[in-house]
Formats: sequence, C-alpha cells, structure tokens
Amino acid sequence: MTLGPVLVLAALLFSMGVYGVLARRNAVTVLLAVELMLNAVNINLVAFQSALQTSQGVGQIFAIFVITVAAAEVGIGLAIVLLIFRNRRSANLDDFATMKG
Amino acid sequence: MMDFTEPVTWVASILGLVIALSGFLVVTSKNLIHAALGLVGALGATAGLFLVLSAEFVAWVLVLVYIGAVIVLFLFGIMITRAPVGYDVDLDNDRKLIAAIGAGSLFVLTSFAALDSFGDTPLLGLGEPTSTGDLADALLGRFVLPFEFVSFVLLAALVGGITVARKDATPLGEGTDE
Amino acid sequence: MTNLFLALAAEGEELVEFGQGGQLHEWAWLILVAPFIAYILILAYGKKLKYEGGEIAVAMMAFVFGYGLLLWLDTIRNHTVFEKAIEIGRIGDGMVLEWGWVVDGLSSMMYFVVGTVGLLVFIYALGYMKGERRNTFFYASFSLFAGAMLVLVASANLAQLIVGWELVGVASYLLIGHYWEDKANSSAGMKAFFTNKVADVGLIIGALALSVSVGSFRIKDILDVATHHGDALGAPFFGSSVAVAGALLLFFGAMGKSAQFPLHIWLPDAMAGPTPVSALMHAATMVTAGIYLMARMFPLYQEMATAARPIMIAVGAATLFLTGLIALVQDDIKKVLAYSTVSQLGYMMVAIAAGGYTAAVFHLFTHAFFKALLFLGAGSVIHGVHSNNMSDMGGLRKYMPRTFWTFIIGSGALAGIIPLAGFFSKDEILGTLDYGGYTAVLWIAIAGAFVTAFYMTRAVALTFFGEYKGHGHPHESEGLMTVPLMVLAFFSVVAGFVNMPGFKFGESIVLRYTGFTEWLATRDFSPLGDHHPESLEWSLALYGTIAAVGGIALGWMFFGKDAATQQERDTVSIPVLYPLLRAKYYLDDIALALVGAIKGPVARFVDWTNTYVFDTIVNSFGFAAGRLGKFVYNVADQGVIDGVFNGSAGVASAAGGWLRKIQTGKIQQYAGALVVGAVALVVGFVLFNN
Repeated sequence: MTLGPVLVLAALLFSMGVYGVLARRNAVTVLLAVELMLNAVNINLVAFQSALQTSQGVGQIFAIFVITVAAAEVGIGLAIVLLIFRNRRSANLDDFATMKG
Repeated sequence: MMDFTEPVTWVASILGLVIALSGFLVVTSKNLIHAALGLVGALGATAGLFLVLSAEFVAWVLVLVYIGAVIVLFLFGIMITRAPVGYDVDLDNDRKLIAAIGAGSLFVLTSFAALDSFGDTPLLGLGEPTSTGDLADALLGRFVLPFEFVSFVLLAALVGGITVARKDATPLGEGTDE
Repeated sequence: MTNLFLALAAEGEELVEFGQGGQLHEWAWLILVAPFIAYILILAYGKKLKYEGGEIAVAMMAFVFGYGLLLWLDTIRNHTVFEKAIEIGRIGDGMVLEWGWVVDGLSSMMYFVVGTVGLLVFIYALGYMKGERRNTFFYASFSLFAGAMLVLVASANLAQLIVGWELVGVASYLLIGHYWEDKANSSAGMKAFFTNKVADVGLIIGALALSVSVGSFRIKDILDVATHHGDALGAPFFGSSVAVAGALLLFFGAMGKSAQFPLHIWLPDAMAGPTPVSALMHAATMVTAGIYLMARMFPLYQEMATAARPIMIAVGAATLFLTGLIALVQDDIKKVLAYSTVSQLGYMMVAIAAGGYTAAVFHLFTHAFFKALLFLGAGSVIHGVHSNNMSDMGGLRKYMPRTFWTFIIGSGALAGIIPLAGFFSKDEILGTLDYGGYTAVLWIAIAGAFVTAFYMTRAVALTFFGEYKGHGHPHESEGLMTVPLMVLAFFSVVAGFVNMPGFKFGESIVLRYTGFTEWLATRDFSPLGDHHPESLEWSLALYGTIAAVGGIALGWMFFGKDAATQQERDTVSIPVLYPLLRAKYYLDDIALALVGAIKGPVARFVDWTNTYVFDTIVNSFGFAAGRLGKFVYNVADQGVIDGVFNGSAGVASAAGGWLRKIQTGKIQQYAGALVVGAVALVVGFVLFNN
C-alpha cells in the first residue's frame, strides 16, 4: 500500500472541515468541523511517519502535540462560545457581526 | 496503487470509508448530537487507521483524549448552549454553495498535489507495532522542552477557559484586598 | 527553576564548568532561585502576615545581598572567574541550550548592586506601601522583578539572557500597572511593555544571528570568535559583517531596556508604578540591563564591531543631552528624576561606545546608589505631602530634615560635585571621551553635566525651599523609610572612592586607588587595558566642576526665590525651548501615530479604509459632482445636465455603499475569503512548479 490514498483521505477530511467551518451556522458545529481539520492533519503526520520512518518517530510526536493543542483549543473555544451564549442568548455566528463596516 | 490482495489494504479501505462518511455526517447533519456522534465515528476510525499505520500509542491517545474527553466536552457545550436537540433546518447558513465550491476545489487541488509528489511512496511496517518505549524516549529526551511547553499551554488554556466561562466573571483581585 | 534543571542534570545530562571556584561559587545558583521561591511563598502565605508578604521579600533580598556581598568580596580577593552550565536540550545538531551562572567581576558587582539597592528598597517599601492595595501581589511581583534581573545578570549564554530579559519586562509590566484602577497607569504599563517589545525583536534577532553564526549560544564562545576575528562573525550580512549587524541589533535591544533616545518614551511614564518600583527600576534592575548587556558583550564592540560605534555614540549623546533638557520643564518630581535617569544612561552608553568599559560600569555602579537615593527621597516627599507635583511642595526642609539632607547628597552626587560618587564616575567618562578623541561628544557631555546640575537645583529649590504651597501638614517619614535613605546616602558619598584616579600635586600623586578596575575583570576581557590616566586630569575635572557649579548657581538664581506659579517661571526661564520640551519633542505623538496606523487586525484596517478613504472618495465625488452640477445649473441648462450629474453622484454613492457591504462582520465570510486565497496559492504553486 502506498501513501497516496491516505493523503487523499486526509485531504478529503480537511476539505469537509473547511466546508463545515464555512457553511455551518452554529458555533459548536464550527468547532466540530475544526476538529475534523485537525484530525486530517494528524492522519497526514502519522502517514508520513510511516512512509519516511524518521528517527525517533517525529511524526507521531507531532501528532501528539497537535492533539494536545487541539484539546486546549476546544477548552478555550467552548468557554468563549459559552460566554457569548450567556451574553447574547445565541450560538448563531451570523448574530455576532459587531465588526460590520 | 492499492493492492487488494493484502488484507491490510481491505482494513484500511473500510476504515477510510468510515472516516469519510462520518466526516460527511459531521458537516451536513441537521442534528447537533448526530454531528458530534459523527465526529466520534470519524475519530474512532482514525484511531483504527493509526493502528494499521503502526502508531498504536497515538491511536490510544486519540481514543482517550478525543473520544473520552473532548467529545464529552462538546456534548456538554451543546447541551449548555441549549442548541436545538433534534432536527433543525437552521443549522446551515445561506453560503452553502460557495462553501462547497471552495472546499471542493481545495480538495481537488491538495489531493492532486499530494498524489503528484508522494503518491507512490510506499508505507513501511504496516500493521506492525512500533515500540512505544522509543516514543517515550524521544518525548522525554529530545522533545522534553516542547513537551513541557505544550503541557503549559494546555494548563494555561484550561485555566483561561475556566476564567472565561465561570459565572461570577469579576476581574481578579477586585474586592478581595480592600 | 534551577532545581528542575539540576534534577535533569542528575540523570546524566552534561555539566560544563569553566574556571575554578569553591563551594561558594558552586552554590551561587541559590541567589537565582531564592526570588522565585519567595515569589511562590508570598503568593501562598503572604496575606496572613503582618506586612502582607513583605517580610518574605525582605528576607529573600537580605539573603541575596549577603550572598552577593560574599561573592563580590571573594572576587575582589581572588579574581575568581567561574562559570557553570547545565545542558537542558539541543537544537538541531550543534546548538546546545544551557542553564548556567557566571561569577566574575562584572556579574558579582551586579549581584552586589542588585542585592544592596534591592534590600534597601524592599525595606523602604515596607513603610511606603503600608495600607496600600494588593500588597501581597506587589511584593510577589517585586521579588519576581529582582529575580528576573539576577537571572539576566547570571546568564552565561544569550538564550538564558533573553529569558531573563523578557521576565524583567513582564515583571515591570505588572509593577508599573500596579494601580490599574486608573486607566493611565495600566496604559503606562502597556506602553513600557510594547516599547520594550519592539526593541526586544532586535535583541532576539541579534542574539540568534550571532549564536547561529558561531554555532553556540554561549557568550564565551561568541566573544572568543570576536576577539580572534574569526570568519564565523566576519561573514557578509546585508552589506556589513555578521558581527556589526548582530552588535547593532543587540544595541537596539539595549536601546529599549536602557531607554535610549528615541525609545526612552516608556521610562517617564513608568513612574505610574509605586515609588519603590521606580527606585529599583532606575537604579539596579531593568534600565541597567541594556548597559550590562553592552558591557558583557564589550569585546565584540571592541574588536569586530567597531563600525557600530559611531551610531551608538550618536544615540548616547542625543540621549544624554536632549532628555536632560526635558527634565527642566517637568513638574512631577518623579518625572524629573526619570528624565535624569535617561540622561545618565546616555552617559553610560556614550562611555561604552567610546571604549570606556570601566567608565560605563563605574557610572552604573555609582548611579545605582544615588539614583535609588533620589527616588526614595522623592517617594518620602510624596508620602509626606500626598502629591507628585513640585508646585504643591516647597519649604519642606523644615518638615522633613532627614529626607532633605539625604536628597541634597544625592543631588550633589548626580550633579558631580567633588568628592561625591558621581564626580569620579562622570570624570572617568569625560576622560574616556577625551582620550578617544571624541571632542564634540565631550563638550555635549560637559553641557549635559551643566543641564543636570541645573534641573537638580530646580528640583531641590522647588521642593525644599521657599514656602509650602500644598495642603495639609507634611511630616517626616517613619524610620523604615529614612534609614534606607541614610544608608544610600552613605553609599552615594563613598561609592566613588573605589576608583579614584589620584590627585597630582607637583610630583606626588595622592589618593590614587583603582581597585574597582581590577575587580571588573571578566573571563573574556580585562579592563586593565583600558585607558586609565595616571592621575586626575585637572583640566577635565575643572570643566566638569565648572559646569556643575555653574548649573547649580544658575538654577539657584532662577528658582531659589519663591516662584508664584511654576509654569510661568519655566516659560520665562527657558523661553524658546519651552514648548518643544514641554511636548517632549512630540515623540509620544509620533509613536502614537505610528502605532495607531498599524495596530489592530487587518479587518479593522480595511474597515477604517472603508469608512474614511472610500467614503471620503465617494463623498468628495458626490460633493464635487454636486458642486459642478450647481455650477452648470447656474450657468447653463437646468434640466438634462443637472439630472445627469445628480445621477452620477448617486451612482458613486451607491458604489460606496456596495463596497461597504463587503464588510459584513460575519467571520465565516472572512474565513471563506481565506480559503479562496489559499486555493489560489495552491493553484499558483501547482501551475508554476511544473
């Protein structure tokens, strides 16, 4: 088996994440889509580790770092969503257009 | 490109199919809870794929951290924000078509670029376990500084999350020293 | 912190050691760790104690003082040069990250200064901060501040130095903005942090350029290459060599921390913090960091980066003179002292750039004592009259005799009155400039000495002489505050005696003692090769003294008599320069305009462009069209042409409205634009790479 199909799978997952970020209205679903994108990156990292066999498993270690940072991101992201929801009674991203020109 | 005489190819293909379908569910489902469960499916299948790719430690980290903790966090977030549990047509905005075109072209381009450059690189050591001990050595040896920093980032993010989200969000120190 | 790394070291990491030292040096890391332990202890237990954690801070500082004193005494006696480093990681193949401490002449002198001034300021703070808000947090940050400076001073490599450097910045931000209830104070903290951050970029790039070229973060290795004119630093780099570029970038970093013109703008605003903070910041920590860095890297500037010197001299000279002038028109007593610090830092920078290592470090040493004294004295006055403004003071010598006398000593030392500490160090700087042939700068420095004496006389006259103009009854401060003042006054008198050039009468030279120069020898560099005159050069000393006495006399002439209102008198006394000085050369406004133009996310910039540029264009089109239409209306046809012009105005206005609509404020549309841009980039790569 070669690297190609796995990379295509990761690209597909990433693109679906992009679609989700752009097209979803609810802030929580946008965060879910961001998780999909991060997961795509992890697949890439692990696949490349498998293909290139770098010393000391650099790819896997970076995948672990990505997972950690993603966990942090979810914590902060959900806290922010919660705070906005408490103030605005809405989790709809289109309602938060204070930067409108 | 794909040799279907090997059983490992079958396993990987099925897992890839599950990942793709669950991912699709995440971004299209009209039910928030279903979307979150779709993410569980995608992540679980990814963990399986990692096992195939001989990265069993990362796979179990994924299961423990993501499926165990992050998804629970998401479910709590969904419930607390009182998002409509059940079908909701309002979950997508009116830019679906543009988003689909953008994401689609991104997919075509990136997969083309990836196949063009790395399409024929063989994957080595499929289905064999790596030594988790090696990983531990690297993590606590060569990468100990980044590792500490990342854990610090995680701690700071969690403290920050609590500070942001707690109900009595008064600034620190106010009214405590007077 | 070091504990962690020691624990790592125990597991087989490499220990690197240079020079010989006894147990005393082996354990010197204790003074780096003590402040951080105190920081944690104060935060944990401070609130329950009588002084809200101040005791712990003072005890820690007393330990640092004692250990620093021992180290310095040992260095004086044995000229020990000791350095120890623990490997904590590697970058790539060759670069080693280390944590270490250096005990040599320069660093142990700094330990002593930080310990002494720090201890006295901490004791003073016990009295000054009594009954203030958030004292526990204050003492904790204060310990952190001192600890950060010690980490910086002790660093054996540039990576650790950057860590200490940034910690100093963070701690200063916390302390300057201590009274954050007032918006101006937290803004002052921000200003200090950002101005320093701008300069830090220079430091970081410079440090990386030097370290990567040499292949080691160790200051020793870099200076070894520098002294042997190695190829690693001689490589071309943007039109000059790596050495010159790196040296200039380090200097840019020092310009921020050591408040050199025009990056000095943060320091006067930093007065927003409590007075003990100002005293420590101006005397022992923070602003001396830049000078310390220059002194530590001195062989680089001496050997390979001489091309950087003219720039440094120009910046230093501009700093010492221009900021001294600003001090003339300040009403806030702390701001007078702040600008005076900036001016004195200019002296040190000029001295370093002219090759006067000893002169600069000696001035740093004496300045630490008398500037701490002046700040603490000002704090005592402020404590007594509850105002920072000298227009609310006057006549205080009757009410606060101890503060008055110590303040006089500090002012005399700053003005350079023989035989106080400032005289000897300033004379050494003048001697260096003279020897180096920098005649113009020499005269600027002498003029600067005149200005210094002038504004200090003004400050003393307005504060302590004349009639009391404030409200309430001023009172002398308590012993916790006046005792440190007296100790510092003692140091301000005697600190100069450690490096006396000797006085020549006929054939014999009396009172010559240059111990300080020998003590300062570091591993990389011995200042004994510096220019040291055989004896005091009477002509220079005479000029310096004439400038000082002249400044005092003139200042007394103008300000000795009781002034009706301060501003009137200043306007009369300094007629032409006054508006310029009052506005501080408009530097703040320039900085604000610069920051205003580049701050904020791009969206905000685009928004701004929309609101102002596009709208203005659209509006002016509409306006011009309207005017033109009216003109045509008046001159020629009313019907058809008028309608066309109105229509064009309408179209233009509609176009503006449409452009405005792009800024929906919907994040996902922005993200979409991002994706489109990324796709375009990928397309570009794929197309043009094949």
